[in-house]
Amino acid sequence: MPSLGADMEEGTLIEWLIAPGATVARGDIVAVVETQKGAIEIEIFEPGEVVSLIAQPGQTLPVGAPLATLRKPGEGVEDAPEPEPEPVAEAVATPEAAPEPAAPVKRPMQEPAPVTGGAAASGPLASPAAKARAAEAGIDLARVSGSGPGGAVLLADVEASLAAAPKQARQPDTPATRPAPKGKPGLDMAEMRRAIAAAMSRAKREIPHYYLSHRIDLQAAQDWLSARNAERPPDERLLMGALLIRATVRALAKVPELNGRHEGADYTPSDTINCGMAVAMRGGGLIAPAIMDAQDKGLDAIMEAMRDLVARTRAGRLRNSEVTQGTLTVSSLGESGVDALFGVIYPPQVALVGFGSPRTEPVVQRGNLAARLCVTATLAADHRVSDGRRGATFLAEIDRLLQEPETL
Amino acid sequence: MTPDAIRTAFLEDLTSVAPDIDPDTVGDDDHLQDDLGLDSMDFLNLVSALHKRFGLPIPEADYPELATTARAVRYLGKAMAG
Repeated sequence: MPSLGADMEEGTLIEWLIAPGATVARGDIVAVVETQKGAIEIEIFEPGEVVSLIAQPGQTLPVGAPLATLRKPGEGVEDAPEPEPEPVAEAVATPEAAPEPAAPVKRPMQEPAPVTGGAAASGPLASPAAKARAAEAGIDLARVSGSGPGGAVLLADVEASLAAAPKQARQPDTPATRPAPKGKPGLDMAEMRRAIAAAMSRAKREIPHYYLSHRIDLQAAQDWLSARNAERPPDERLLMGALLIRATVRALAKVPELNGRHEGADYTPSDTINCGMAVAMRGGGLIAPAIMDAQDKGLDAIMEAMRDLVARTRAGRLRNSEVTQGTLTVSSLGESGVDALFGVIYPPQVALVGFGSPRTEPVVQRGNLAARLCVTATLAADHRVSDGRRGATFLAEIDRLLQEPETL
Repeated sequence: MTPDAIRTAFLEDLTSVAPDIDPDTVGDDDHLQDDLGLDSMDFLNLVSALHKRFGLPIPEADYPELATTARAVRYLGKAMAG
């Protein structure tokens, strides 16, 4: 069970997206875990072959408990267990296995009987994912022919069976057999509030924040944006938020020390920019998933990534890298907020850029008063890593970039 | 299309971009951003969905016409007729 935030203690496995015997590559999405931040898609960070799945969908496990065993490429196969659902006791006998995975496990009331002693005590051999899918679809596993080792029914077999007989009579599912609904946020607001409280308390305890504020004339950016969007269908239109993020990411080239992570006693600047974007949830709370490798994304690609992240945040389908690997966060109030926001840095990051709501304001331009769209940009930054002068250079660079929107 | 049909379609698109909103609780005069909490990305996604469904251009200058369900139904009806 990976840690998806410093404050996370446990997570609930919702489903497996792999089966024993599958070959996985670094970055593949292998499972979905329910956390305080909603359902998170878990990517794997080691390539290899899946030997066995230890955790069952529905199980709640502490951080560090093994979910599955993986054989690395080139690793000996002599004593590897057969790729079939394995008893927990054997499967955890790997070097990196965390202690006592079985003890703290909470099980739902009617969890399928755990397989013990390597023998299928009840029902046909089947992977956990296949069992979960079959339970969800209300089909009998005994009627599905298995293509896995020892005739085990795999997820693909269940899917094939469903595809072949889409009108097959389905048993009405009961709350006990139905896994957590998919695609629903499933957010527990009290839990989310607790997670925010933990992260923000840590930030205020450990990070010596300093704050800067700067008013930026956005009229040039707005004029450019309006002209550009007028020629495009809604799907290709840009939001001002994309320009603000793009300008922020580019400005980091001038003050790179604001982009990185302060873990333990050490600060490590980051070469890549994983730009967190605060997304407010309508029921309260917020999540700041990251636009990964934002330094390589142009304006349209940033916009596309924002659209995708917001949609997946709302649907509760973020990936673990997106919620844990941010290197800087941007929080933008949008159109109907207040003038400025002074953020709290999201640890272990070292800076947070805030944009208030753009407003038309009186601005003195070449000695004359003009009505211009303006936004107040703020920086909250970690004094262990940077000083006000560098922070000022950064905000001034964002300003400069926004005066030339066509070059963003 | 009747105003009722437009309203149904509008609410369908609204709840597809904001799945946590219950269409039965949406009042005709609720402001999409101030009352229902749509952010600018949600709003743009709604405009995209309406654009695809009704085949209307819906330029940015017309966005204020979509501020509430009642206004949107009037705007979409008029745009389709004209």
